[in-house]
Amino acid sequence: MDASRRPEAETVLRLSGITKRFGSLVANDAISLTLKRGEVVALLGENGAGKTTLMNILFGHYTADEGEIEAFGTPLPPGDPHAALAAGIGMVHQHFTLADQMTVLENIVLGTRPIWSLNLGKANARVRIRTLASDYGLEVDPDRMISDLSVGERQRVEILKALYREARILILDEPTAVLTPMETEALFATLKKLVAAGLSVIFISHKLGEVQSVADRVVVLRGGKLAGERVTDQATRRELAELMVGGQLPVNEVGPASPGEVLFELKNVSTRGLGGSALRNISMQLRGGEITGLAGISGNGQAALAALIAGTLEARDGDIVVHGQKASRWSPRAALANGLGRIPEDRHATGMIGDMSVAENVISEAYRSPRFSRLGFLDWKAAVRFADDIIKAYDVKCPSPEARVRLLSGGNMQKLILGRALDGDPDVILASQPTRGLDVGAVAYVHARLIEARDRGAAVLLISEDLDEIQVLSDRILVIHRGHLSEPSSRGELTVMELGELMAGHGIEEGASDAA
Amino acid sequence: MRLEPRATPSAAATILWPAAAIGATIVFSSLLVMIAGASPFTVFFLVFKGAAGSQFALVETLTRATPLIFTGLAVAVAFRARLWNIGAEAQLYLGAVMTVVLGTGAVTLPSAGLIPLIMLAAMLTGALALLGPAILKTRFGVDEVVTTLLLNFIILLFVSMLLEGILKDPMGLGWPQSKRVIAEAQLPRLIQGKRLHFGFILAIVSAIIVWVIMKKTVLGYEMRAVGHNAEAARFAGIPVNRVIAKTALLSGGLAALAGFSEVAGLKGNLTLDLSPGYGYTGIVVAMLALLNPLGVIAAAIFVAGIFVGADAMSRSANVPSYIAEVMVATSLLTMVTAIMLMRYRVRWR
Amino acid sequence: MIEAFEILFTASFWVAAIRIASPLIFATMGELICERAGVLNLGIEGIMVAGAFSGWFTVYMGGDLWTGVFVAAMTGAMFGLLHGFLTVPLGLSQHVTGIGVTLLATSLTYFTYRILLPEVTSPPKIEPFEPFAVPLLSDIPVLGPALFNQTPLTYLAYLTVAVVALVLYRTPVGVAVRAVGENPSAVEAQGISVTAIRIGAVMAGSALMAIGGAFLTMSAFNSFFFEMINGRGWIAIALVVFGSWRPGKALIGAILFAAFDAYQVRLQQITGGVIPYQIFLMMPFVLSIVALVVVARRATYPKALMIPYQKGER
Repeated sequence: MDASRRPEAETVLRLSGITKRFGSLVANDAISLTLKRGEVVALLGENGAGKTTLMNILFGHYTADEGEIEAFGTPLPPGDPHAALAAGIGMVHQHFTLADQMTVLENIVLGTRPIWSLNLGKANARVRIRTLASDYGLEVDPDRMISDLSVGERQRVEILKALYREARILILDEPTAVLTPMETEALFATLKKLVAAGLSVIFISHKLGEVQSVADRVVVLRGGKLAGERVTDQATRRELAELMVGGQLPVNEVGPASPGEVLFELKNVSTRGLGGSALRNISMQLRGGEITGLAGISGNGQAALAALIAGTLEARDGDIVVHGQKASRWSPRAALANGLGRIPEDRHATGMIGDMSVAENVISEAYRSPRFSRLGFLDWKAAVRFADDIIKAYDVKCPSPEARVRLLSGGNMQKLILGRALDGDPDVILASQPTRGLDVGAVAYVHARLIEARDRGAAVLLISEDLDEIQVLSDRILVIHRGHLSEPSSRGELTVMELGELMAGHGIEEGASDAA
Repeated sequence: MRLEPRATPSAAATILWPAAAIGATIVFSSLLVMIAGASPFTVFFLVFKGAAGSQFALVETLTRATPLIFTGLAVAVAFRARLWNIGAEAQLYLGAVMTVVLGTGAVTLPSAGLIPLIMLAAMLTGALALLGPAILKTRFGVDEVVTTLLLNFIILLFVSMLLEGILKDPMGLGWPQSKRVIAEAQLPRLIQGKRLHFGFILAIVSAIIVWVIMKKTVLGYEMRAVGHNAEAARFAGIPVNRVIAKTALLSGGLAALAGFSEVAGLKGNLTLDLSPGYGYTGIVVAMLALLNPLGVIAAAIFVAGIFVGADAMSRSANVPSYIAEVMVATSLLTMVTAIMLMRYRVRWR
Repeated sequence: MIEAFEILFTASFWVAAIRIASPLIFATMGELICERAGVLNLGIEGIMVAGAFSGWFTVYMGGDLWTGVFVAAMTGAMFGLLHGFLTVPLGLSQHVTGIGVTLLATSLTYFTYRILLPEVTSPPKIEPFEPFAVPLLSDIPVLGPALFNQTPLTYLAYLTVAVVALVLYRTPVGVAVRAVGENPSAVEAQGISVTAIRIGAVMAGSALMAIGGAFLTMSAFNSFFFEMINGRGWIAIALVVFGSWRPGKALIGAILFAAFDAYQVRLQQITGGVIPYQIFLMMPFVLSIVALVVVARRATYPKALMIPYQKGER
């Protein structure tokens, strides 16, 4: 994988001076990048650095205001989604672009045959898919439905889609975010086979460790600009981090925990599935003054657990115990009345109502209290005052309390949600993927607030698919797999690989969660 | 081409696009008028004259606007909470049925007691007619558009059955019509000898009340929250299903008032042609008003003017009065497009 | 009671059932294609009205019957283009736009009718499609005449179901239509235009709906009158849900529904006015609602149904 040091390797992709503006925002500012045959280039940058915009331009979804793209020596016409594909560039998106109720084969052949031809050529396709799969370690049954596949298998289908089209350049957007450590290893092995076969890879990530282990060169973006470019072997981790963030990485000091009483408990709870696995007879305890981290691969029941605690999903079986008292009926209102603060997984879909104002959003959990309404009439002045308080206390950047939430950035939206959830100092806090999609500054801010809540004695449940985040913040770690929980482990007790084993389901037995 | 949301719609855009929508509607209907072999200028002049050119015309327009204000409000309220009530037509008829059930002598009270009683009963019937689809939506996930549409047919047949059965006027010479409501159940006329009646005042008052509900109250807040993002509303602890049920009751009740006001204020009895599609036209009225309850008044008068004017026009010019329906349908489509263009910028690249 | 039961075994009953089913089959297949592509088409009722009129009028003006069918289909496709343009690239509410298209198509049809035939009192007639007995097949007892002694348009309806099923599951364009209703970004990522597929599907579907309308004026009856669609479009929408968005199941739904409708007409004659006729007329609509309630819970509807798509969005 050291094609970059072989000057004779041909340049397969060249982006020169790409600039894209959205109104006053410059999403990409004169970015240039080259990719050689048989090379892995990492595109490193935090959320909002301009990586996605750059790829959207490459794939013709956006048209650059300035700059040119050249693939295999020929310029790509701008704004034509077909051009990049036709030139042999394939992309594996972070959010998979697969149709769930269709087979692997149908997803792969989609768009590869003339649209008006009379058959799908299934027999030939099946053979080719099998060959590609065994050549590159991407085994998956072509006739299975996408909805029956695991996240890792779906990613393999995405890669197969590109290979089936004879892509010579493969772009992977945050491919490891959804994988176990072992699956990540397998993916890296596949990438090695691909470059050995003469393909080139652009690997988009914000994780320094994996960038260093997989890439020949690293291109760093920050704030829409090219922050620097390094040959991996010659750059230190720290140097890359500073290029990415533009200074020192903000680090939160996590002091020792002083666990208190059990404030919240689930006893033998089962639910139906919710965009993933159902919960099967799980039990857990959350203590005051402690952050409990829940690790696991996406789709293993995290969504159901978060919804259960938040009150939007009913338990089929089992008990919810708050402050030692069994809750008889559990609902969002009951959760709020019992002093829970809740940060939902999806800011846009669940957390905020984009088309309503900041003030209207921050009162949504408390509008019925005498603080905000009397005799069925709302007190808008009180709502605006409350919004102002949150804006000040949480440093939210927004034009006014009357502004529509849709116009705020992800980080500012999350701060509003924090402000709403932490109002009144709740002593049980559910934080579901609280930093997903945020930039480093906002991540540090959210973490600091969660640690602060722990230190004042609250019980915090942190659900995250980011194992680094779990390991940094959690005093105790649980792993969820197919709706079952592992035994809790304390901070530092298990290595990454050991946690990865648990995430893959090794060591989580059907009955194990009963004992937890 | 792609759409980019505007931060805040500019003042120019909020005026220009709706104006363009009206303009496009006029251009399109002018073409049709020319195909029909008439001059658009003459035709539109006649429509305008027929709608607002005389005291008689104005009174007629306001009279026609009255049921449209009610159905427009019904739709506006429901659409705000994203409850797609396409059944205002049926709810209107149920309100009318209740009016003749109670108002033709079965109950005898002075006006001050009888009219509010009938109104309440009518609202309740209409409300329950929409509560059904609302419950099917929240409980079973059945699309309320289809159920309310199908209910329109069921309820109209039901009304037809009543009019040929227990509600049939024995003195009606065999026509399927109800008895006339008694004097105590009638709404007074606003101007002596003219058709405009007290129902118009009720409609205006209803619009103001609905506006207050939407803007100032907890219920209005809940309805808007549910309409914009039901999932987020549920997460925040807003009882989504109950809010949808309340919305259904309010919306169905308002639509039923249209039937009440037509029978008690204008027609005096119930026939199967009580409404020439006021329930469906209410959708257009609500969309033209951008779902604003006070805007509904203006939109209803505008739409009523087109209908009344087109009727008058078709008598003197040789253009079918269906041009009014075409204009109303066209303005619905152009207006929803205009609303979108107000809020988004179209980028071709 | 025996009499009521025996109806089910008469050929004339099944002939009527298939005749009633034919326009519903066209309409249901049309709506199914639209919804499979992720677009709810509430313009269906109005599009059927427009199709019924334009097909009939073409023949009335001296056109060939098949020319009439073609004109009806083109009329439907044009309204489909309007609905598609407003809901796909512009992303307008599919509910409101669909109602708007129904209102527009209906009122335009009535307006045109009045302009073209200003002075008629009773609706003028045309020579409609004649039944054509398929040799051999129509000799099968009961089912033979029911299925194979129909007009050519009914045979076209059978063919439509087969073609829709084959295209959706066996050809690239069908896979693209299904994918665009499941996850549009899957289609765009493979270099196919979501807008083109969706608009194309809505146009094709609308053409079928219009042929469904034309069946009434050119095969079931021989003239055009107002209110003749009478909710058939809305029933087709219910049938699509009932058929779980699958052509075969939707076909069975349409035939069951039509059989019920034909049955209630005959039952009405037997009961001889004891039960008000309105009760019988209500039954199809009531049945549609019941079908929706029964099926809605476990229906696996196209995931992207009613969700507008923007390029580059994931």
